[in-house]
Amino acid sequence: MLRDITIGQYYQAKSPIHALDPRVKLVGTMVFLISLFIGRNVIMYAVATAFLAAVIKVSKVPFKFMVRGLKSIVFIAVFSAVFNLFLTEGTPIVQFGIFKLTWEGIEMAAFMVIRLIYLIIGSSLMTLTTTPNDLTDGLEKGLGFLNKIKVPVHEIAMMMSIALRFIPILIEETDKIMKAQIARGADFEHGNIIQRAKAMIPILVPLFVSAFRRANELATAMEARCYHGGEGRTKMRPLRYKAKDVKAYLILAAYLVLMIAIKMLRNGALV
Amino acid sequence: MSIILDKVNYVYEIGSGFEKHALKDVSCVIEKGEFIGLIGHTGSGKSTLIQHLNGIIKATSGNIFFDGEYIYDKDYDMRKLRNKVGLVFQYPEHQLFETDIFKDVCFGPRNQGLPEKEVQLRAFQALRLVGLEENLYYQSPFDLSGGQKRRAAIAGVLAMKPDYLILDEPTAGLDPKGRDEILGHIRKLHDETGIAVILVSHSMEDVARYVDRIMVMNDGELIFDDKPRNVFAHYRELESVGLAAPDVTYIMNDLKRAGFAVDTDAITVEEARDNILKMLNGKG
Amino acid sequence: MLRKENDNLEDIIKAENLTFEYYRRDEEGNVEGITTAVDNISLTVKKGDFVAVLGHNGSGKSTFAKHINALLYPTEGTLFVNGIDTTEEERLLEIRQSAGMVFQNPDNQIVCTLVDEEVAFGPENIGVPSEEIWERVEKSLKAVGMFEYRNASPNKLSGGQKQRVAIAGIVAMKPKCIVLDEPTAMLDPSGRKEVMKVLHELNKKEGVTIILITHYMDEVIDADKVFVIDGGKLVMQGTPHEIFSNVEQLKELRLDVPQVTELAFELKKAGVNLPDGILTHEEFIRALSRVVKSGGA
Repeated sequence: MLRDITIGQYYQAKSPIHALDPRVKLVGTMVFLISLFIGRNVIMYAVATAFLAAVIKVSKVPFKFMVRGLKSIVFIAVFSAVFNLFLTEGTPIVQFGIFKLTWEGIEMAAFMVIRLIYLIIGSSLMTLTTTPNDLTDGLEKGLGFLNKIKVPVHEIAMMMSIALRFIPILIEETDKIMKAQIARGADFEHGNIIQRAKAMIPILVPLFVSAFRRANELATAMEARCYHGGEGRTKMRPLRYKAKDVKAYLILAAYLVLMIAIKMLRNGALV
Repeated sequence: MSIILDKVNYVYEIGSGFEKHALKDVSCVIEKGEFIGLIGHTGSGKSTLIQHLNGIIKATSGNIFFDGEYIYDKDYDMRKLRNKVGLVFQYPEHQLFETDIFKDVCFGPRNQGLPEKEVQLRAFQALRLVGLEENLYYQSPFDLSGGQKRRAAIAGVLAMKPDYLILDEPTAGLDPKGRDEILGHIRKLHDETGIAVILVSHSMEDVARYVDRIMVMNDGELIFDDKPRNVFAHYRELESVGLAAPDVTYIMNDLKRAGFAVDTDAITVEEARDNILKMLNGKG
Repeated sequence: MLRKENDNLEDIIKAENLTFEYYRRDEEGNVEGITTAVDNISLTVKKGDFVAVLGHNGSGKSTFAKHINALLYPTEGTLFVNGIDTTEEERLLEIRQSAGMVFQNPDNQIVCTLVDEEVAFGPENIGVPSEEIWERVEKSLKAVGMFEYRNASPNKLSGGQKQRVAIAGIVAMKPKCIVLDEPTAMLDPSGRKEVMKVLHELNKKEGVTIILITHYMDEVIDADKVFVIDGGKLVMQGTPHEIFSNVEQLKELRLDVPQVTELAFELKKAGVNLPDGILTHEEFIRALSRVVKSGGA
């Protein structure tokens, strides 16, 4: 049932990728995503594929974990592929009424699907190799400059990490409340949509009440432990760049430069 | 009229690599009108066992019969079982959801499809059975104390008029008076209506005082199933599975060891008192 | 300094006529009346003591406890924590650091997703340098016997283990005093034992003052001093022996007594010549031996 939901799933392993500073991985993911969007030609995608394959290999995360994340986008992928296949202008191969299949369409659809798949694999590679804690730390420090324009970066990061802590607790609680209401004869499986929506009230109300009660108690407990926002706060594990992080940044820069170079050289050839 | 468990096994998360054998060949018979205490440390399988009794969890193997009917039969109506076996979970006040107590208690009987008049009648009866003052019936759950909310939640299950009432640690987190009130009302309820009660508890003192039969779970197995006096006589074995006897049992054993001619099978303060008085008078 | 300072630093907590009132409001927010949750309490707690506070639910004991951590401020009267008036706003962090607080529900006071980070949370808040945080985390986790779980997720721990982590989180702030508001109420007997053992060790080895609010009478027996609160008022105070000599008064206050005390009390009522306030089996056996020697009831 609800227990099957996994959020921020992390694959524990000792790999150079796992050991990187979370900020490097955040930037790396961004660089990879940008590289997928700057150009659409075979050489660039070959380089991107090689790069992705190398990172996956180094990360020691089994490939099947990457594929797992793809299930959720099958629908979007098929939809955009079909859309591109038939609605791209170009040299027609076959024509059904107003729909025509073109070479350009096939090419466009193929790139589209590959881009989507790489996008998911790239970002799940980050969540699989970074603990939720590191991720929020990375975001907090990496986006620290936003503080200057009054964005409460620390508070947002704190909220994210508290949410991560309480999600499993609330899932378990939902399970328990559901069972308790089933024991009182509640029926969640029969009836039309409206009846089923109404049947959720005995679950949602206690769940909200409980979430508020927990939030209230947690706030008191945090206050009692001298929490007063991000100001003057130190860290047990402060993020500091090490030599390997610098190396990783250099590799990323090299990759991006290479991609841009290919794009410039081949400009006009395929795009 | 009984619940029969025949070699019930339950394994959590089969095939996930984190399998846990939560119940191992549990067999027992629970008769109508009994008052049973179910004890065992956390994770011993108590909660899993009680959830089998009203069909919320289905056994991995083994059979359960309710009033002579096999509950895993294709044609068996699970709702019938749930109407007859009322289950009160831990901290039941957390499941209250209506704007007032009375409406909340009506939820169960209304789900049973009873006419509105009957629903309300049952809600009244149930609230009276748990001893909640009438001026609280139309209050919001937020305005009640912890003990009052808990009694209201128990009434929510009682209103379905079950033949068996299972309570998972009904006194957790209450103060001593609130604890005695709840247990007192449950005992009274049992004596007056003849409802069978299964009380899951961590307090040996409470169990010794209220129940007629004790079932002890350890590591998924039912290791004792007997009268309280006989179970607590095995206090050494109970200790080895993280449990204990009531403190008075230890007092009597200590007295005996110190050379006093007392019986060691007292399990309540009253029994211990009478036994010591008898011993003193016998001497004097 | 013009402010009133508490001169006796032997007292970690000193309440003088402490009163806390709050307004009850109806649904529109209009004031319906005033509730006095804490009513004119004066008491002192000596440094290094193990103190138990008893009282039924709604007696005002939790409200009183929240004053010690400066989560609430007195409406009238004063409260000194380690010599500091709790209303001194600029010393708020100092007060909260010297009197840490542990709450009833273990789940609702753990902030982080890893045990060691949870323990580090307090020191991080008060700006302790990173290297020192590591030392404090290690020492605190060892003090509560949870060091081997430092990389675990709190969600995977038992109730008793979670409470020990919560206690370690307070210990890491180097408090002089820890206030615990029914820390064992949601635990099973073995979890309760674990927590009580840790509290007594902290009290004996580290000299931390413990203020334990509880419903379990067996947790009170070893305390140095017991306070009983009812209706917001301090109604009884004394050693466990003194408190448990008044079985009838305790029952009137909706409280319990240990079974051995109750048994002695029942025997006394039946005419056996036993002293009041028996707390242990040994005391009971000794007292009963005397009765037998002197010729029975």
